Amino acid sequence: MAPQTTKAERTSSLRPPAGFSRRDFLRGSSAVAAASALQQQATALAQEAAGVAIVAGETAITLNVNGKDHQVKAEPRTTLLDVLRYQLDLTGAKPVCNDGSSGAATILVDGKPMQANVMLALQAVGKKIQSVESLAGDAVPKAFVECDAQQCGFCTPGFVVAVRAFLNQKPKATEEEIRKGLNGNLCRCGTYANIVHAALLVVKGDA
Amino acid sequence: MADAYFWPTKEKSQAIGTRVKRLDGPEKSNGTAKYTYDINIKNQLIAKALGCPHAHCKITSIDVAPALKVKGVVHAEPLKQSGNEIEWQGELLAVIAAETEAAAREGVAAIKVEYEMLPVFVEEDNLAAAEAAMRTSKGGGKAQTEKEPGDDDDEDEFIEKEIARLLKESAHVVEAEYGIDPITHCCLEPHGSTVAWEGNKLLVHLSTQNVSGTDEGFARDLNITSDDVTVHCDYIGGGFGSKFAPDYWGIAAARISKATGRPVKFMLDRDQELKLGGSRPSGYIKVKLGADKDGVVQVWDSEHWGSAGATNPGGVSHTVVPYVFTPKNYRRLATNIKTNHAQARAWRAPNHPQACAITQTALDDLAMKMGANSLDIFLKNLGTDENPGVSGAKPSVYKAEMEEGARLIGWKELWHPHGKGPAKGSVVEGLGLAIHTWGGGANQSSCLVKIHPDGGVETTCGTQDLGVGTRTVLALVLAECFGLPYESIKVNIGSSKMPVSGPSGGSTTVGGVSESHRRAGQDAFRHLAALVGEKLAVDPATLEAVKGRIQVVGNPDKSVSWKEATSLLGMKPLEVKGEYTRGTASPLSNSQVGGVQMAHVAVDKETGIIKVKKYVAVQDIGLVVAPTQAESQIYGAVIMGIAYSLFEERISDPKTGAFVNCELKDYKLARLGDIGEIVVKFYEPESERSRGVIGLGEPPVISPGAAISNAVCNALGVRVPTLPMTPQRVLAAIEKGARAGG
Amino acid sequence: MKNFEYASPRTEAEILSVLSPAGDTEIIAGGTDLVGLLQQSIVAPRRVVNILDVPSLRDVELLDEGVVSIGAAVTLDVLLAHPYLNPYPAIGQAIEGIASMQLQCQGTLGGEILQRPQCWFFRDGRGLLAGGGKLAAEGENRYHAILGNGGAAKFVSSSRLAPALVALGASVRVIGPAEEDEMFIPVADLFRIPRHEGERENTLLPGQLLTHILLPAADGVASATYEVRHGAGPDYPLASAAAVLRIEGGVVREARIVLGQVAPTPWESDEAAQMLVGWTVNESLADAAGSAAVAQATPLSHNGYKVQLAKTAVKRAILRAAGLETGGL
Repeated sequence: MAPQTTKAERTSSLRPPAGFSRRDFLRGSSAVAAASALQQQATALAQEAAGVAIVAGETAITLNVNGKDHQVKAEPRTTLLDVLRYQLDLTGAKPVCNDGSSGAATILVDGKPMQANVMLALQAVGKKIQSVESLAGDAVPKAFVECDAQQCGFCTPGFVVAVRAFLNQKPKATEEEIRKGLNGNLCRCGTYANIVHAALLVVKGDA
Repeated sequence: MADAYFWPTKEKSQAIGTRVKRLDGPEKSNGTAKYTYDINIKNQLIAKALGCPHAHCKITSIDVAPALKVKGVVHAEPLKQSGNEIEWQGELLAVIAAETEAAAREGVAAIKVEYEMLPVFVEEDNLAAAEAAMRTSKGGGKAQTEKEPGDDDDEDEFIEKEIARLLKESAHVVEAEYGIDPITHCCLEPHGSTVAWEGNKLLVHLSTQNVSGTDEGFARDLNITSDDVTVHCDYIGGGFGSKFAPDYWGIAAARISKATGRPVKFMLDRDQELKLGGSRPSGYIKVKLGADKDGVVQVWDSEHWGSAGATNPGGVSHTVVPYVFTPKNYRRLATNIKTNHAQARAWRAPNHPQACAITQTALDDLAMKMGANSLDIFLKNLGTDENPGVSGAKPSVYKAEMEEGARLIGWKELWHPHGKGPAKGSVVEGLGLAIHTWGGGANQSSCLVKIHPDGGVETTCGTQDLGVGTRTVLALVLAECFGLPYESIKVNIGSSKMPVSGPSGGSTTVGGVSESHRRAGQDAFRHLAALVGEKLAVDPATLEAVKGRIQVVGNPDKSVSWKEATSLLGMKPLEVKGEYTRGTASPLSNSQVGGVQMAHVAVDKETGIIKVKKYVAVQDIGLVVAPTQAESQIYGAVIMGIAYSLFEERISDPKTGAFVNCELKDYKLARLGDIGEIVVKFYEPESERSRGVIGLGEPPVISPGAAISNAVCNALGVRVPTLPMTPQRVLAAIEKGARAGG
Repeated sequence: MKNFEYASPRTEAEILSVLSPAGDTEIIAGGTDLVGLLQQSIVAPRRVVNILDVPSLRDVELLDEGVVSIGAAVTLDVLLAHPYLNPYPAIGQAIEGIASMQLQCQGTLGGEILQRPQCWFFRDGRGLLAGGGKLAAEGENRYHAILGNGGAAKFVSSSRLAPALVALGASVRVIGPAEEDEMFIPVADLFRIPRHEGERENTLLPGQLLTHILLPAADGVASATYEVRHGAGPDYPLASAAAVLRIEGGVVREARIVLGQVAPTPWESDEAAQMLVGWTVNESLADAAGSAAVAQATPLSHNGYKVQLAKTAVKRAILRAAGLETGGL
């Protein structure tokens, strides 16, 4: 760092950092990589631009959801949530917000918690997608029932997936960590107190 | 048969009052519960609507034709025409139905509308501005003094003088302003429906808290009769008082479905849900109160105002001011302000949370002024059961609850005079309390309980589950009647074709369905007991249902199993109707509860950030049928209360009238990390339990505003007068206090 | 939302080949910002290019001289857990502040830096400058800028990581259509205060791509981020600050202080930094630096409170960087 520099002295063209020149991703060195899963699946609507498939309009894709490959149709603008809910009738993930602030559409993508409403379906090609429906036998929903961690229940599936993902990361989470770590989901009925209890129950291994 | 229907004592109860798992918990937790938004009917269209971008305007032209050119759009339906005046942002102007949600949205974006702008007024907290804009109207009021005017006195003049005299003679006077901003219902499942026609018969999957009562509205607006309408709702994603009617968008869905011959799903978008789906009126008040040297309020003089929107202006009712406390001399005046917002809807305990927040804060300010302990001042103002100073519940109930609450929160150990507690750096802590009341009498309810000869038991009831645990309550009540495990009871609810039950509003559901089911259950048991009595050659009146058997009281040797008993029915199931009419006196249910809540908060004086450390809710609801679920409901009410005390508000831009925080990233609600420790305690001595079942939905959501505000005031030594207590407001209050103090 | 074309290249070269120089292309990575903007028709691109499947953009690497290179499409949860980031606590603290596991797992560093402003007038489709600044100046502006707001731009830069990156002296690698377009610029230079409605809040040109964020070797400097957050959720902070200090023998030798959520760009305060150099950090020094940072603030009609919050954020970031108690909740 160069903290002594002031704003005025800064220049806009820095020296490339040493080590960068050896990198194989520099321009010109990148051969066109193996065709992506999407390219392989792109339909006649797709055009090619310098070896990159450009998808326009509806296209048939394969999504791996809950351990099974599903043939679905998606436009570029189709969200993963729309595909799950309208084509696969997996309605556990809910449409609540437009901005990723509610967590209601939380699913696992390659094991990580993400929100299907802010992901394009085409982006999900080649990924392992798990929705709440795949957790039916899991300890987390069981603990939610045990601790009465739901009221209207609309936010519950998103919360269940979030708790699962959180505890995968931190199986021995303390109450303090739980209160700090589960703020990406919104509940309007106010079930948080019992969600804390449910997460603790899973940690204890009693669910 | 005065005692035909009764509840067993606490000791004798085998199902009611026990902690059980929510009957529909698994479906809700594993994502298989189907809400209205989740209902996909083959070949359905998705409808989306254009909301008006302006808060006040006239439509000069509207053209939906461009939407029809969008690929995937099937139908375009204008809801407004040229010349229509629009009085709030978000009002739906036209609906587009398409093959996909995305196409419907694109169609909406293609609609061409031109507007003529009209003057906007949204500053509901500003009475002077509202008067200048001629947006005010009288909201009612009442004045009463112990001393009555003479025959020759002008009444208004007399009251004016009398109140002035009483204030002058008061040992302590508080003069202050308080407020509570509008909030929305913000149901996570937006309002909406999925509809399908079969010939002239309409099936509506509706997100509703009024399963039995909305068919009529559809029928009326669609020129059919109610028998041709089926309203269905297995699960509803939040209502809170905003989902009682079909709403014009529900009717539009049905019309579009008719026109296109295809099922239609039409759910509001998030911003539309916040703009149209319901809001709670705001409330702002100017108060003068006078108290005697002991801190007992002798006189109350207030004027308050607020807005319930554009259509039917009406803020907080004057009848609940001051809240719960009933000083002998008072004058209260309400002014309604018409703003460019959609009409408010009933929000959990209509009027009460606002009234509590803007009046019980004044009582706490009295304590601060006197340097007195707030709990003592609240206690002193309760009066006695013989000479009460409060409404709703008995003073002795509030008193007992206050004592319990004080013990649970550690009032004695933690309380300090306002603003005089120890500081840890910039952080100070404080305690506050508030009390509340609610009616909660049982609603109308009918059910059909069926006992099959093979022992199966089911009930059918046109009620709904807002999250209360209605299914669980019904199962517990019938399990109690028949001595069966509650999980074995099959509960069918959620259709307008089922026996009619009232809407879930005003804390009336659990009372209502407990009434109908206990009645049906006891009648059914008596029918079975007669058969069993005959078989065992005993008096049926000596029989009881316990642990899967019907036996002579206390004597399992003289018994038959449940299945043996039901086999006595022969080939035909026993069908028993249970019915309760709202307002009927009954030993099974009652109304009027009292509750006390206390908050322990920490405030960072440098940032104005407040954290609720601990919150105690002590609540009387008569007999508690399903304690686990009831406890959840109180947790929820307290958490909603934390939200509207610290975070939540509808923010309107004064220039454009736009509802600027209509998306969830800006519409701030409490999160899991914001709630602290919440302790719930039911006040259920035999004196209250024996009153029967009383509703719980509203009462616990009333006190948080005042309790948390009072705790913050206790911490800081200055009042943050308006809710929500955002950092902005906390810092302003601290600055004002510093100026005043030095 | 309008339909658009979609491409998912696998290399940087491929990305460049599908970026249109006309400026009607949007890059998508985590989607946590862009999909909402598309849904609301705030942006309506002809083409959307997904960069999540470009391996070189998903790496965190240690280069010569201790430089840490982070691909633009590296997700925030990866950074939070990455040992290479341990010497830069300011970054981890900013990521923790986002408070949503989902947004951390889905959101990428490049996307976080280049997210569009949260200004509610902009998000309501009224333009980035919203009536040449009039809407914010005369209307509801409680979350708007208190610094750098003299022009039409009243919004605040919404990136939560940019203050830390600027304070740490991070730079970015930007590539463009021609090979010689590759350039390395300070993170600070990515941001600008737009003067008219056609300008964006970042300096990237159509056809350019931010590929990497480069952190200079920490080299013993201490750093911290402090956000004033209203609640525990992922809402944007009301004010924030990052402090980077070189402390030797208990005395501050070098300092950089950058504020967030207060101006249309990350806002560096040389005034605050200069107050620290040559002194030992304690509460009163940090407080004075906080005051210096906001001395030139020009709050709008309803956001004066942010001055106090920004001051406190600076003070606490300095205390935290120095390993002292920040106080507060």
